[in-house]
Amino acid sequence: MSLDSEVELIRRFPLFAKIDLATLKLLCFSSERLTFEAGQVMFNVGDSADAVYILIDGYVAITRPTPTGPVVVGTLGPKEIVGEIGTFGDVPRTATITATSRVDALRIAKDQLMSIIRANPDAALELIRILASRLASTTAQLTEAMGNRRG
Amino acid sequence: MDRSLFRFILRYSKWEQLRIAPLVLATMVVYFFSLDLPKTIINQAIQGKSFPSPDAKAPIFRMVVTLPHFLGGETLRLFEGIELERLPYLLALSLIFVSLIVLNGALKFQINTMKGWMGERMLRRLRYVLLDLVLRFPLARFRRVKSAELATMIKDEVEPLGGFIGEALISPLFLGGQALTAVVFILYQHVYLGMIAVFMVTVQAILIPRMRRRLLVLAAQRQLQARHLAGRIGECVDGVVEIHAHDTSNYERAEMASRLGVLFRTRFEYYQRKFLTKFVNNLLAQVTPFLFYTIGGYLVIVGRLDIGALVAVIAAYKDLPDPIKELIDWDQERLDVSIKYGQVVEQFTIEDIIPPEMQRVIATPELPRNGSIVASNLTLTDDSGTPVLNGMSFEVPLDQHVAILGDHASGRTELAQLLTRLVAPTSGAIEVGGIDLIHAPEAVTGRVTGYVGAASYLFPMSVRENLVYALKHYPVSEREYLDKDRAEREFHVHEANRSGNTILDINADWIDYQSAAASTAPEMEVRIHEVLATVELEETMFEFGLRSTIDLDHRRDLADGLVRARQSMLKYLSEPGVQGLVERFDPLRYIRNATLAENLLFGTPVGATFDIGNLAGNAYVRKVLAETGLAADLLTMGHKVAESMIELFSGLPPGHEMFERFSFIREDDLPLFKELLIRVSKVGLDRIDAAERDRLLALSFKLIVTRHRLGLIDEPFEARILIARRYFAEHLPKEMRGAVEFFDPATCNRALSLQDNILFGKIMTTQAGASATISQLLRQVLDQQDMRSPVVSVGLDYQVGVGGARLAVADRQKIAIARALLKRPAVLVLDQAEAAMDPTSQKRLIARILDHSKGRCVVWVLQRLELSELFDQVLVLQRGRVMEQGRFAELRNSGGVMHGLISKG
Repeated sequence: MSLDSEVELIRRFPLFAKIDLATLKLLCFSSERLTFEAGQVMFNVGDSADAVYILIDGYVAITRPTPTGPVVVGTLGPKEIVGEIGTFGDVPRTATITATSRVDALRIAKDQLMSIIRANPDAALELIRILASRLASTTAQLTEAMGNRRG
Repeated sequence: MDRSLFRFILRYSKWEQLRIAPLVLATMVVYFFSLDLPKTIINQAIQGKSFPSPDAKAPIFRMVVTLPHFLGGETLRLFEGIELERLPYLLALSLIFVSLIVLNGALKFQINTMKGWMGERMLRRLRYVLLDLVLRFPLARFRRVKSAELATMIKDEVEPLGGFIGEALISPLFLGGQALTAVVFILYQHVYLGMIAVFMVTVQAILIPRMRRRLLVLAAQRQLQARHLAGRIGECVDGVVEIHAHDTSNYERAEMASRLGVLFRTRFEYYQRKFLTKFVNNLLAQVTPFLFYTIGGYLVIVGRLDIGALVAVIAAYKDLPDPIKELIDWDQERLDVSIKYGQVVEQFTIEDIIPPEMQRVIATPELPRNGSIVASNLTLTDDSGTPVLNGMSFEVPLDQHVAILGDHASGRTELAQLLTRLVAPTSGAIEVGGIDLIHAPEAVTGRVTGYVGAASYLFPMSVRENLVYALKHYPVSEREYLDKDRAEREFHVHEANRSGNTILDINADWIDYQSAAASTAPEMEVRIHEVLATVELEETMFEFGLRSTIDLDHRRDLADGLVRARQSMLKYLSEPGVQGLVERFDPLRYIRNATLAENLLFGTPVGATFDIGNLAGNAYVRKVLAETGLAADLLTMGHKVAESMIELFSGLPPGHEMFERFSFIREDDLPLFKELLIRVSKVGLDRIDAAERDRLLALSFKLIVTRHRLGLIDEPFEARILIARRYFAEHLPKEMRGAVEFFDPATCNRALSLQDNILFGKIMTTQAGASATISQLLRQVLDQQDMRSPVVSVGLDYQVGVGGARLAVADRQKIAIARALLKRPAVLVLDQAEAAMDPTSQKRLIARILDHSKGRCVVWVLQRLELSELFDQVLVLQRGRVMEQGRFAELRNSGGVMHGLISKG
């Protein structure tokens, strides 16, 4: 898979949708293509968030630690993005990501991502929009959860 | 050191000067005869006064001495001489004249040589004395001197002194003698003409030095200004980070320009005056011949002077202005260098200089190994008279580890420096195992104690050399010299003696193995590895070793080990989990993690012929590409790369970091390539010139398939490169065989690092975690082959750079600690030496070092007080006094100062 198809892939994510093609191409060019074998850990909970991964092929499991041990809370597959929110804050990874099959991924380093966002106000606005909607849904979930407890 | 230059010269070169003096006198005699002879030639031989008749004969070499009247006035005929006819007489006299000139020249040559040697010896002595003084400056002095200024003084400012010292006494003797001879000669020929000459010379001798007085002042100013400039340049270099950080480069420029301006004015005035003086001097010198021609000519015409005498007088006078001028120059230089000398000596004259006996060479001084450190009533006042230590007293057994706690005003650093006698106390005493530390020579203090400060200095040499530096107290075993080297060494010693330099041989073995508890070089290596392990640097050195490229021809053992490790690695690389993590150098496969150039060469360039950066410019490489039909395709590929790069990077703001990290084209070259692309679109790829073609080819040579996913190299193309690779190797001309070392699984490659030699391939960068897995495997393989220690030894040859700049700050400190540990001092003093490390490593490191120093005394000034629980006892300082002494556990809850510090922190 060459640079052009990588660009096609990442354009679909809202975060990158507003960025011009040349910049996206540069972003892909400065990124790494990595292969993970089944069972290999992409990153662990608590690691510093230094990159975003875009899955090109294969599946990964999301595991969160709980008082009773790690619990798989979901899976992600091709054309999905991993770890984009934590990368923008200095927040450690909140989950462990493990490849469940052979995974082909594009690793976009935090430095590169930040410099693109910095140069593209539209992308920054898009990022704010995504974050705001996530916050809204989290708040809704929280309200619901508290209402449940009270009731 | 002598305050006056002449006293210095007399003291050290009196005898040499005296040895030259007779030669100078001899030249005077020769000179006198060579002046007198032309007169005899003209008057006697040419004009024929001695030959009244054609067959008359005249004697040469006749020696007749007429005794003065009080001895009887007799005439003694010592030698009747040889009677010669007129022509042979002329010939003989002329030959004598030539021989006198040759003799005079030979004498001058001898004198100049001797003067030169003497001057150089004195310069060497002077520089050595100054260096010796620098080594004996008390530490406090270095807070006030700039290293660059010291360097200029010793290197540049005393340089003219060397030249002058050779001239100091000989020149006035020689030139004065010459001038005097000439004057006497002229007076002897004719009194009035002589008087004219004497008068003009006197005018010159009085006027010129007066005109030059201002010159001397200017010269002195110039020297000081230049020295300060040197100091300022040094400051700029040292403070370069601040200059960039605060955007003060233009301020610095203005400062420099102003200094250069002042220097310029001084020099300008200097030259103006210098040339004016020269002009007046020349004028005066030319007036005299004018007087000789008019007056002397008149005297000849009226018959009161013979023509031979006038010619001789003019010839003598021709030689007179030069010595006079040079004599005046000499006087000027004398004043000049005396000022220079004075200015330099002033900087080196310090009252509390360390006496030389303190640094004398002692092979094996008596060193205490047991007893205790007893400090009584230690007092220290700083430059401004403020007391830093106030009557401090304590006792610490030499087998204990002591932590010192206190704030920055407690005198903790000063105490650390007192305990190693880097600083002498104002009053009070320190004894270590019964030895008076304050008055002990450095041979004792430098071996019984070890000191590591918060920011240690590393010399710009290898790690190993830095470590054994602490063991180089004296030449342990002399070096044997044979034949030519022996003569050279004897000459060196002889000359060193003559200029008062030390004759200790720098090429001798200075490493005192015994201090490090070793007796042979291999044992020493073991000790070094031990201290490295103690300070947790062994792994770093191992890494350095793996990354090193070494001359394997001289390390056959290592080369064989590497090949064995390579074979063993190969087995592991086929195991599941590791398989495919390294792309081996296989002659039949395209290596996708290597550049196209590396794939073509399939080896490493030796020398500049196949330098990877300029591969496109190499004629043979182009021939290979043409023969294998790749040339046009690679050019097209380079063109595509250029297009992609311009597309990708054109939009970036100037100076963006991505250029440097990712672009094939440097930011500055981008416009160049843009133009090139425009040209290609006009004339086509096959019509561009050679330089443009090489530029595009060079781009395609940089392509790495896995990293640059530009989709330009597909499998059929890879196969074509493999054909070119084979062609390249098979047709390589004989004279280029040495320029490339092909990858060969059975031998070591000299141009590859140790790690690459073992892997014999490229790590698959696209496989997540490949580097970490391989690096672990590499260690495992090397451990199995007992290769770890040799690799660490290779790593020890790593050059640390200026001031250790090529190392992390923490590693620099670790090397400094290891250096102090290696000499196993009875008292190891560390002043916040752990500060550069992170808190967790601090604790671990201190524990390891204390463990290594079991039974020996360690005094550690700590930054974090909780670390003092690792020590046998704690000294708590406050305002220059010991407030508490005891175990950490006791002091913590005692309600005292320490208790207060803990609850405050």
